[in-house]
Amino acid sequence: MKKQNRSQLLTFIKKEFMHVFRDRKTLLMLFGLPIAQIILFGFALSNEIKNSKIIIIDYSNDITTKQLIEKIDASKYFDIDTRIESADGIEAEFKKGIAKMAIIFPPNFADNLQHTGKADIQVITDGSDPNVATAITTYISIIVNDYNAAYNHTSSLPLQINAEMRMMYNPELRGAPTFVPGVMALILMLVCTMMTSAAIVKEKELGTMEILLVSPFDPVSIIISKLTPYLLISILNLLIILFLSVTLLELEIKGNIFLLIFESILFILTSLSIGLLISVNATTQKGAMMTSLMSMMLPTMLLTGFMFPIENMPWPMQVFSNLVPSRWYFITIKNVMLKGLGFSSVWKETLILISMCVLLFSISLRKFKIRLE
Amino acid sequence: MMEVDVIRTENLTKKFGNFIAANELTFNVKKGEIFGFLGANGAGKTTAMRMLCGLLEPSSGKGMVAGYDIYTQRDDIKKNIGYMSQKFSLYDDLTVRENIRFYGGIYGLSRKEIAAKTAELLTELQLEKEAKVLVSQLPLGWKQKLAFSIAIVHDPQIVFLDEPTGGVDPVTRRQFWDLIYHASARGVTIFVTTHYMDEAEYCNRVSIMVDGVIAALDSPANLKLKYGANNMDEVFYQLARNATRGE
Amino acid sequence: MITFSNIKKTYLKGTVLALDDVSLDINKGQLFGLIGPDGAGKTTLFRILTTLLLPDSGTAIVNGLDIITDYKKIRDSIGYMPGKFSLYQDLSVEENLHFFATIFNTTIEENYELIKDIYIQIEPFKNRRAGKLSGGMKQKLALCCALIHNPEILILDEPTTGVDAVSRKEFWEMLKRLKLKGLTILVSTPYMDEANLCDQIALIQNGKILSVDEPHKIVSNFDGKLYSVKSAKIFQLMTLLKSYPDLKSCFAFGDALHATFLETTNYEELAQNLLKKGFEDIEIKEITPSIEDCFIQLVNSNK
Repeated sequence: MKKQNRSQLLTFIKKEFMHVFRDRKTLLMLFGLPIAQIILFGFALSNEIKNSKIIIIDYSNDITTKQLIEKIDASKYFDIDTRIESADGIEAEFKKGIAKMAIIFPPNFADNLQHTGKADIQVITDGSDPNVATAITTYISIIVNDYNAAYNHTSSLPLQINAEMRMMYNPELRGAPTFVPGVMALILMLVCTMMTSAAIVKEKELGTMEILLVSPFDPVSIIISKLTPYLLISILNLLIILFLSVTLLELEIKGNIFLLIFESILFILTSLSIGLLISVNATTQKGAMMTSLMSMMLPTMLLTGFMFPIENMPWPMQVFSNLVPSRWYFITIKNVMLKGLGFSSVWKETLILISMCVLLFSISLRKFKIRLE
Repeated sequence: MMEVDVIRTENLTKKFGNFIAANELTFNVKKGEIFGFLGANGAGKTTAMRMLCGLLEPSSGKGMVAGYDIYTQRDDIKKNIGYMSQKFSLYDDLTVRENIRFYGGIYGLSRKEIAAKTAELLTELQLEKEAKVLVSQLPLGWKQKLAFSIAIVHDPQIVFLDEPTGGVDPVTRRQFWDLIYHASARGVTIFVTTHYMDEAEYCNRVSIMVDGVIAALDSPANLKLKYGANNMDEVFYQLARNATRGE
Repeated sequence: MITFSNIKKTYLKGTVLALDDVSLDINKGQLFGLIGPDGAGKTTLFRILTTLLLPDSGTAIVNGLDIITDYKKIRDSIGYMPGKFSLYQDLSVEENLHFFATIFNTTIEENYELIKDIYIQIEPFKNRRAGKLSGGMKQKLALCCALIHNPEILILDEPTTGVDAVSRKEFWEMLKRLKLKGLTILVSTPYMDEANLCDQIALIQNGKILSVDEPHKIVSNFDGKLYSVKSAKIFQLMTLLKSYPDLKSCFAFGDALHATFLETTNYEELAQNLLKKGFEDIEIKEITPSIEDCFIQLVNSNK
């Protein structure tokens, strides 16, 4: 009997794979989506700003300022557009619309630094594009800080360094590291939730669900065979994303890859349970897809923390974001993949994901109907 | 009645690649006639009907519908015909009145005409009380009667009906045919397909398509005589039995 | 074999009445027809029978088993073909059949004898996707899939809807042959002319069973005598007849009108009258009612 059950299950799973592989649109969505997303988010939508034109006003003209200016010019983030004599000319330069930033070294820069341990740099940015302004200000801080460290002085230049925590793990503020975990969460969620719910609802639309229900094949097995292909496909997807991130986006996986895969499978299972839950209530594929999009895609994008920092949201949103599985997955992936931390640092998030997964799966199992209504 | 042909075709053919869906159809339909267009599944009825409605360009042959050429004057044809099918008919999420207004608007009736037509239609179908009811809540038979009336709301010369009575109960089915007779008496030509063979008997003339060609075309009485059959069911069976083509 | 007692079923929180106090008995080995138009409640009745829906009230017993408590056992013993075509369009004929055989714990070989007659006709296309089959072939494949686990009861929901007359005839012949193998078969259909092919029929409209009996008994229970009134000018004839005071009912049936009259009616006189009104070809004769005549009469008397 057991052997028979296994062969039934295998036949069913094989059938599911046939559905997937015979539908080009689904295939494209399954495997084209991750590649497109990685490329889009990794390159096109990167928040890196390269080769910003800057203006230099050096009242000091000493060794230190020369070294600093060379260092700035050498970085890929800045190109020196022009040097002017007086700060009065800055506005005129900004109005040309080419330069985004002006750096002013006051007179006696090196002297001040040597004798008082303090020297000021004035940085003026074109605030008309605040995102760019903030980003390039940060880049400058890093460069100066670097120089400062190399200068081997105990006191530091009085520069505000805002994003020290973030920079520790992403020192150049590259776009890819922050986006990859987000994209992983988004794609896995999309594929698992949307595809599963649509696949189950399709059987309802075809009327085959009626036959499956009246067959001796039990509902739990129906669910398992419906979910298995998407679980396997999602794992494959995960590997594709990781491979692309490492090769194409030059991202380094710092932590344990098996821990990373384990956490991802946990998240995949959670998403599959959500898909299952949606399919229980939906009657058309379109409805299932819409529900998945509205209920999962938006929260994943907005409340996961990879596009907008959750700390800056009003408190009700912050509370609500706790319910979004991808939020916990995102933290886990960041810790493991980018920071190289071990299980001890993510056990809390793992526990939350496990509870969500178990809860969602048991609800959908209970709600999965043995009848039509 | 003047014998005017509202549909005339000559060797009308439609090929899809090597497959000849409709093969040299030659027939004519007179004004005010109820013309039954029968055939087994896949015989080519839908293809033929789409060509006549101006939805599909023929591969070869000639055709005139409502006085317009089916190659060059398809827009004029569309203005002069009505169409209704079992699947597509009305918007379920609009009310009876809204559906009438919508279709009246599509066919360019003025606001006055629409108002007059709406009142006339609601009375004729005894749907006055249901004017503000969503179409989804009407019984199937009423829906089909309403759909027919709306298909002729712009007084077309010809109305094409694609299995209009499928699944409708026997009483309503007959009321539906009453509507068809009334329209025909007013001079509207009816071009109808059906799977109910008793309905074939209600037609003035019937054509039966088998494997892309018109295998028989005559009045029901003559067809029964010719094939030595008691009813149209037997005639159809004799002709369609040897069909080699599926859907 | 199957007993329905006072089954009631509503949808949308009781606002739509689908089945109204339905009671039925179906014997083993019968070919039973459930006949009524769309929306009459045929599908609901079959879904209750296949344990896919629960009734609001009433009981139903299938093969000695209760549809609510013993639903699993019932599901093992029935073969079901839902309305609408429902096979996997993207799987081939053979893959579909193999899939359904497997989930019903059996193999194609094990019950091949039962489906052989039917399967042989579609076997040449066994590698073709189900979505690319013609209507008649799809129907045969669906029947094979419903039969593959050798069920005791076969339940077919509108298998002939939208299928042309030739395929319909073939399909009923297949059912007759299956009946000879001992199956109990339940078929629903909106086509009244298929009633005569059944051993027993139930006429259903608006969730109510109008009559359950053998087809010929339903015909013999027709109230009054039925006359066929015939003329080439049938539409004008109908208009005229409807104004005739003795007329009880009149409906168009193909090339003739089927009418019932008061018992006192003198048919000679009627014929003469019609002749004078210009119906030279008038022909009036008593006929045996069809199931459709009975259905119409039952619907009207139930109003």
